[in-house]
Amino acid sequence: MAIAQAPIAARPAPPVPQGGRGAWVWARRELFGSALSSASTLLALGLLIWLGWGLLRWGLLNAVFGADLPACQAARGQGACWGVLAEKGRLVLFGRYPLAEQWRAEAATALLLALIGASGLRRCWRPWLLPLWIAGLALVFALLRGGVAGLSGVATDLWGGLPLTLLLATLGIALAFPLAVALALGRRSELPAIRTLCVLYIELLRGVPLISLLFMASFLFPLFLPVGQTPDVLLRVLAGIALFAAAYLAETVRGGLQAIPRGQVEAAQSLGLGWWVIQRRVVLPQALALVVPGIMNSFIGVFKDTSLVTIVSLYELTGALGLALNSDADWRPFMLEGYLFIAAIYFAGCFTMSRYSLWVEARLARSRAR
Amino acid sequence: MTEPLIRFDRVNKWYGAQFHVLRDITLDVAAGERIVVCGPSGSGKSTLIRCVNGLEPYQGGRLTVAGETLGDDVRALERVRRQVGMVFQQFNLFPHLTVLENLTLAPIFAARESRAEAEARALQQLERVRIADQAHKYPLQLSGGQQQRVAIARALCLRPRVMLFDEPTSALDPEMIQEVLDVMIELAGQGITMLCVTHEMGFARAVADRVILMDEGQIVETAPPAEFFDRPQHPRTRDFLSRILGH
Repeated sequence: MAIAQAPIAARPAPPVPQGGRGAWVWARRELFGSALSSASTLLALGLLIWLGWGLLRWGLLNAVFGADLPACQAARGQGACWGVLAEKGRLVLFGRYPLAEQWRAEAATALLLALIGASGLRRCWRPWLLPLWIAGLALVFALLRGGVAGLSGVATDLWGGLPLTLLLATLGIALAFPLAVALALGRRSELPAIRTLCVLYIELLRGVPLISLLFMASFLFPLFLPVGQTPDVLLRVLAGIALFAAAYLAETVRGGLQAIPRGQVEAAQSLGLGWWVIQRRVVLPQALALVVPGIMNSFIGVFKDTSLVTIVSLYELTGALGLALNSDADWRPFMLEGYLFIAAIYFAGCFTMSRYSLWVEARLARSRAR
Repeated sequence: MTEPLIRFDRVNKWYGAQFHVLRDITLDVAAGERIVVCGPSGSGKSTLIRCVNGLEPYQGGRLTVAGETLGDDVRALERVRRQVGMVFQQFNLFPHLTVLENLTLAPIFAARESRAEAEARALQQLERVRIADQAHKYPLQLSGGQQQRVAIARALCLRPRVMLFDEPTSALDPEMIQEVLDVMIELAGQGITMLCVTHEMGFARAVADRVILMDEGQIVETAPPAEFFDRPQHPRTRDFLSRILGH
């Protein structure tokens, strides 16, 4: 029996299944499809409204915004006391930095933020970015430290709040990253001595909590040095953060290195390229691009870990909050509002970093379009 | 008689302590000679040509390439590698660089040429493999055949005296094999020394000066293609040919 065959092209394409369009149709189908579904939708909605209303009342409607202590105390339990920020905000943001010199801390913070922002822009990825950073950091230090250009000296243990958090995080990351790359490469080296050293370093540093490292940097380390020869506490703590972060970051980078096929290195070797050029031009660009999410993870970790330096009496954002409120019995009950404030600052920083990492990933994916 | 460009003198190589992958290899390759190496898989043919540019170290005997003895001297090795181009089965192009950047990397960073000079010659080489219009694409945007032609152009950019081909068509879809072979045939006509591991017997017959059969790490038979294919001396050659030619 002959089967009549219609040419394939003549057959009409089956319609794409249509499930209706529009928010209303979608909601009817997904949220109120059955009795159970309708009930749970209404329950969840009710809960959301109740929570939202409570937050709105506490945070906005019943809240006290002025630095008015009696009003704040009257509103306790019913409304937030944002007045605590009006009263103590300066201390939280700048710690023990002398009040008369506060403009210097503000200028240093603005400068750091501008540098960080500029580094994120593609059109600033030029050879002058590194000298710009060095000059910028020198200026930040001059501003904060004083002792030059007629500025009065401010000892580093008086630095605090947001500028200290930013400084520790940026420098910690900037120092940890190259060290991490070196450690990751070293751990894959063919020379047993270098490999062993890198493994030892990574395992040792990952094996202790950051807090204990900071303690050592702050209290133990000076004991081994002659009196008066101890480097500044800020530098010691910074070294502790950077060395610690590098150990974690090194393993992330190594993960990327291991994903690069052997053939890439062989092809580069067969072209007569030396080890350094192969790593710099062939292996690392590909390996780092693979582990952008992991790297950003570590960066965010460093940013938040800076809050641990409080333990050795450096009052960055978190420490400065405690400093501002613990010593003042009147305002101490409003710690929650203070914590919400710095939580918002940390969140803004972390969220920006995570969005930025997504942008970098998308850009890398585009340049490797297949 | 002039000094051979490549001289294997009783070269031996082991993988680990057990596996004797090259056994007493003795082979002279004159400048301009085109040699095809074939043999069953695991016979050591890839290892043989990977020794020529030092991708594989060897343990016994002596291997001399362009007057340099290959050994522990890293500088000598890099000098040899700049005179020996290699094309791999899996192309091994650098996926994060454009085609043009793939070609100029070694001239700029190994041979210290200016970017302008390197780019000019890179475009010439791309012209030679008929793919100059793709210079600014990334490798993964090209077909397999195009990628392998880029890889050949990349190896040619350092103006090597020797070209090594390690099964250059084995990873290609059948319809792309010929475009790569055409480029290789053209190259063979231009006097460059070639060592080529391949199963393309038509190519071997057309361009090779000598065909070598390897089995179990040894060179079993060496002969000009006419003799090799029509009057093979060794039973293992006859056996291999009957299997690969499918009679």
